[in-house]
Amino acid sequence: MGMTMTQKILAAHAGLDTVTVGQLIRAKIDMVLGNDITTPVAVQEFEKAGFDKVYDKEKVAIVLDHFVPNKDIKAAEQSKVCRTFACGHSISHFYDVGKMGIEHALLPEQGVVTAGDCIIGADSHTCTYGALGAFSTGVGSTDMAAGMATGMAWFKVPSAIQFRLTGKLRENCSGKDVILSIIGQIGVDGALYKSMEFVGEGVKNLSMDDRLCICNMAVEAGAKNGIFPVDETTMAYMKGRTERQPVIFAADEDAEYEQVIHINLSDIVPTVSCPHLPENTRNADTLGDVKIDQVVIGSCTNGRMEDMEAAYRVLAGKKVKDGVRCIIIPATMQIYRECVQRGYVTAFIDAGAVVSTPTCGPCLGGYMGILAAGEKCIATTNRNFVGRMGHTDSEVYLASPYTAAASAIRGYITAYKEA
Amino acid sequence: MQTKGKTFRYGNNVDTDVIIPARYLNTADAKELSLHCMEDIDKEFVKKVEPGDVVVAGWNFGCGSSREHAPLVLKTCGVGCIIAKSFARIFYRNAINIGLPILECEEAAEEIKAGDTVTVDFDTGEIVNGRTGKSYRAQPFPEFIQDIIRAGGLLAAIGGEENA
Repeated sequence: MGMTMTQKILAAHAGLDTVTVGQLIRAKIDMVLGNDITTPVAVQEFEKAGFDKVYDKEKVAIVLDHFVPNKDIKAAEQSKVCRTFACGHSISHFYDVGKMGIEHALLPEQGVVTAGDCIIGADSHTCTYGALGAFSTGVGSTDMAAGMATGMAWFKVPSAIQFRLTGKLRENCSGKDVILSIIGQIGVDGALYKSMEFVGEGVKNLSMDDRLCICNMAVEAGAKNGIFPVDETTMAYMKGRTERQPVIFAADEDAEYEQVIHINLSDIVPTVSCPHLPENTRNADTLGDVKIDQVVIGSCTNGRMEDMEAAYRVLAGKKVKDGVRCIIIPATMQIYRECVQRGYVTAFIDAGAVVSTPTCGPCLGGYMGILAAGEKCIATTNRNFVGRMGHTDSEVYLASPYTAAASAIRGYITAYKEA
Repeated sequence: MQTKGKTFRYGNNVDTDVIIPARYLNTADAKELSLHCMEDIDKEFVKKVEPGDVVVAGWNFGCGSSREHAPLVLKTCGVGCIIAKSFARIFYRNAINIGLPILECEEAAEEIKAGDTVTVDFDTGEIVNGRTGKSYRAQPFPEFIQDIIRAGGLLAAIGGEENA
């Protein structure tokens, strides 16, 4: 029996000819990642277990992104733990303020992750890199510590759901609307322990930023990973970026899938996830009476260049509604710089928005836009759980940059309709 | 290995943001973090929980973030075991890696009421409800995972292997 794309990458990294669903394997990892929240716990465990050196300093990435520039003294202490460890072990891929970006936008952009890799990261959205044709999954701090010490990780070989894409997205839709629609369809545990493998002629119509966004939220359907085949778009994106040679894997023709779901991209509409679960999706047009207090455009899900372009397209020359706070957070320094250079930052400020340096900040209720009781926010982030962005009586609505920016102007949730 | 204690009951999709809200994650100190365990859905939890107590929940327990702080605060609070219909995969992995026993048992998770006293045997996967006398059998762990638990967590297991 054939293997899925994910299974083939896992088999290759475990040194096996073939793997089967449910098999427990130990696989070599190409990159292990941590951030300023999860690395301190990993460092504690690493040192407690008596390890004194990392397996390979080239295969560890530590990115300070959640609470930096440091939001308070405790956050500063945590950053210091990461910095001391990274310097002490000469970690090659250490990203501090000035160089940093939100990890899942930064590592693909900098070419630290590449096609065919097997990657673990102590952050649930590590599944993002599947967009490059890599196996990539979120783990905890202990796994990160073990990965840094040994260069290996244990996995249970997952089964898969195949998503066959056809058609082309409408102008006011993006990868975010695709993944929100899918989560609405299969639920927050609809792909629990499984791979989400995206294939079909529709793939070529999705940009790299769309694919990164789709894979990013695979975890919100419970998935172990999301993955796209490697095509011309992927190769063009990786060219001149990747530090290592990409390796292209493809699913066998006779691979088995637990389920096949057909998605016509032309049928996707601007979609919003209502509180308090990403699966509570609605057509944005049906939420016109939801008055909002805040808009956040950013995060590892939607802080990339195309997301900034979408926000610019909607906001340039317009005004954010009085009484609405609009916070825009480019995900990396390179994106931030590009926004400055293209005049986006001026346009955002003129529209009445604020522009922050890269940070996860408000997405997880850290800082830079915390909600008070009773407040509502439309955000391009990835989770809308109780208390996610602040007070437990606040509400988060998840949407694409187009929808979030259009809502900022109207003051109520609305889909973007080109003027 | 066994635990015996009273139960706390929660619904489906209990996420890591309510187990330990991210606003407290500016520290990695488990004791300090544990003071806020579950506070966004149950302010009484921290006041009432005692060593050996059992958390019972529905589908997809621990969904959301990869923060290991989530199983860690439950363990630090004294929770002896979590029984759920299913667990989110990173939470499941983290719980095993830090040595917090978790069991999947749909029937037990459906029938056990808040405040019941239950006894859980991790070796056999047997769960007994003291109130009703009913016994349940949870899916036992694969041997590979039992080895990690027996060693006292992933890093101890790796250390053992490397020194062998």
